Parts: sequence; structure tokens; C-alpha cells
Amino acid sequence: MIDKTTLWIVIIALGIGSFFLRFVFTGLVGSRAMPDWLLRHLRYTAVAILPALVAPQVIWPQATGGETEPARLAAACVTLLVGLLSKNVIAAILSGAFTLYGLLYLLG
Amino acid sequence: MATTTAKSTYLKGIVDSSPFILVIIPFASLFGLVATEAGLSVIETLTFSIVVIAGAAQFTALQLMQEQAPTLVVIISSLAVNLRMAMYSAALTPYIGAAPLWQRALAAYLTVDQSYVVSVAEYERRPEMSIPMRIAYFFGVVTPIVPLWYGFTFVGAYLGAWFPDGWALDFAIPITFLAMIAPMFRTLAHVVAALVAVVVSLMAAGIPYSLGLMVAGIVGMMAGAQTELWQERKRGRAE
Repeated sequence: MIDKTTLWIVIIALGIGSFFLRFVFTGLVGSRAMPDWLLRHLRYTAVAILPALVAPQVIWPQATGGETEPARLAAACVTLLVGLLSKNVIAAILSGAFTLYGLLYLLG
Repeated sequence: MATTTAKSTYLKGIVDSSPFILVIIPFASLFGLVATEAGLSVIETLTFSIVVIAGAAQFTALQLMQEQAPTLVVIISSLAVNLRMAMYSAALTPYIGAAPLWQRALAAYLTVDQSYVVSVAEYERRPEMSIPMRIAYFFGVVTPIVPLWYGFTFVGAYLGAWFPDGWALDFAIPITFLAMIAPMFRTLAHVVAALVAVVVSLMAAGIPYSLGLMVAGIVGMMAGAQTELWQERKRGRAE
């Protein structure tokens, strides 16, 4: 279970932090330029953090106590593949969900 | 005359962003559903969406809190996912940086993937737009998006309270993220950043307090930046 105090600290900190990130240039910096090396790293934050967050969950899911499990692994591969081919987030989520529940049902 | 123009620009913003309604509704519902399954109340879930309005960061925080990661790691990781908002802010500044402070503050709160993408595309297409028109357009773009983000978080959370357990919803977050990652692979550097981050994150899975994620994220970003530099140098030599 998620601790309620932690939850509220996280909500408030993320609210303030996210607003700051959104306001930092529009509101505070104005039109001064940012250093190139910083922009070059910022470009890859989401594409690095999200896969790093997901990878252990795909290989060692919590729900199975860390055992690699075929339905979840297949669902992850299908989602990524459909996403890559269609560039359509919703289509990818739906195919992943379909694969997961289909295989969980078949493998019973 | 000026008001008619601002009004039609506002309406054009609504029309231009309306295709995203199809994305926002399921995505917001999913967050509401997953959050209540994780033990959040309807009010907590809705507050989360109103205060933060950033799907990926909200899902990240939820995942890490469920893993009992330390609070500071939850906050830093989720903000790292949101760092792209700083880039959006930087990209919007040349267009709306001269607007009144309260408008810029409101626009900052409403800066999300869709409002950035749609607005900057229109500003580039129509450089003659005045600043009030740009602001009107921006608020038009967020009009179909942000209220639906709140509304369907609520709907998802409300339904989640009745949702049966054992539906393998633990995997909703990884699937959502994988689906969001795929369209991000725009260049070789993006692919390298993701692959390096995955390898480091699996190797660093044993590091306590989910700090492996921070390490993997930073190494992945550096790999992406270096790949970009390397490609630029290669292109420079070829010309």
C-alpha cells in the first residue's frame, strides 16, 4: 500500500516541480539561450528514463514475485512492436492488453 | 475587430487540437483506474491529475510508490520524466515570452505535450500572428485537452473503485510506457539512449532505493547526446 503522507508529499512536490519546469523559460529566463550541451542531454531524458523504468518490470514482474512470465513478456513485445510500426499509442496499448489477457486466459 | 480575430484564433486552436481527444480520454481513464487500484482515493487521484497534469510523470510516481521507493527517488525520477516540459517552455518563449506575466504563468501550467506540439507548429506556420493571438490560440488548444484530462481521471477513478482485483492491472503501467516510448524513436540517438538505459537499468537492478533508475537514466541520456555528436561529426566530414 502507498503511504498517505508519502503520496501527498509526492503530489505537492511534483506539482511545484512540474510548474517550475514549465515556467522556467517562458516566465523567468525570457529569451536568453541555453547551453547546447544541456539541451542535447535534455532531449534524451524521457526516452532514457521510461525504458529504464519499464525494463525490470517486464523481465521480473512484481505480480509473479519476480519470476519471468511469458504472457507479460509477450504483451510487452507486442506493445513495443505495434507502437513502432503504427506510431499509435492507443493501438499499441490495446494490442498489448489484448495479448496479455489472451495469453493469461490461454495459459490459465 | 481585434476581439473577433482573437476569438476565431481561439476557435481554430480548439479545432486543431481536437484529434487528441481520442488519446486523452483513454489515457486519463487508465490513470484514474490504475491509481485507485494502487490504493488512492478518488479525491487523491483527481488532485494528482489537476496539480501535475503530466501522464508519464504521474504513472512513474505511481509505479515507484508501489515499489516503496524512497520519496526523494520518486520525486526526482518523475521530474526527470517531465524535464521535456523545460524544453517546451524554452521553445515557446520566443513566441509568447512577451505576453503579460499572468498569461505566461497560466500557459506554463497548461504546457503539455499536445499544447506544445500544436501551438509551435502553428506559430511557425504563421509568423505574422500577434502575441494576443498566439495566447488565444494556445488557450484554444488546451480547451479540449485539459478539462478532459481532469474529467476522465475522475471517471477512471470512479470506475476503479468497483473494478475487480486480479485483472493483472499491475502491467497497465509498463504497457502504457512501452506504447509511449515507441513513437519517441525518431533518430538513431534516441534508440541508443533507450537501449543503453535498458541495459544499465537491468544490470543496476540490485542497487537499493531504486537508484539504479537514476544511474540508467543519466547514462542513457549521455549515450544519446554522444551519439548525436558523433553523427554530427560524421555528417560534417561527409559534406
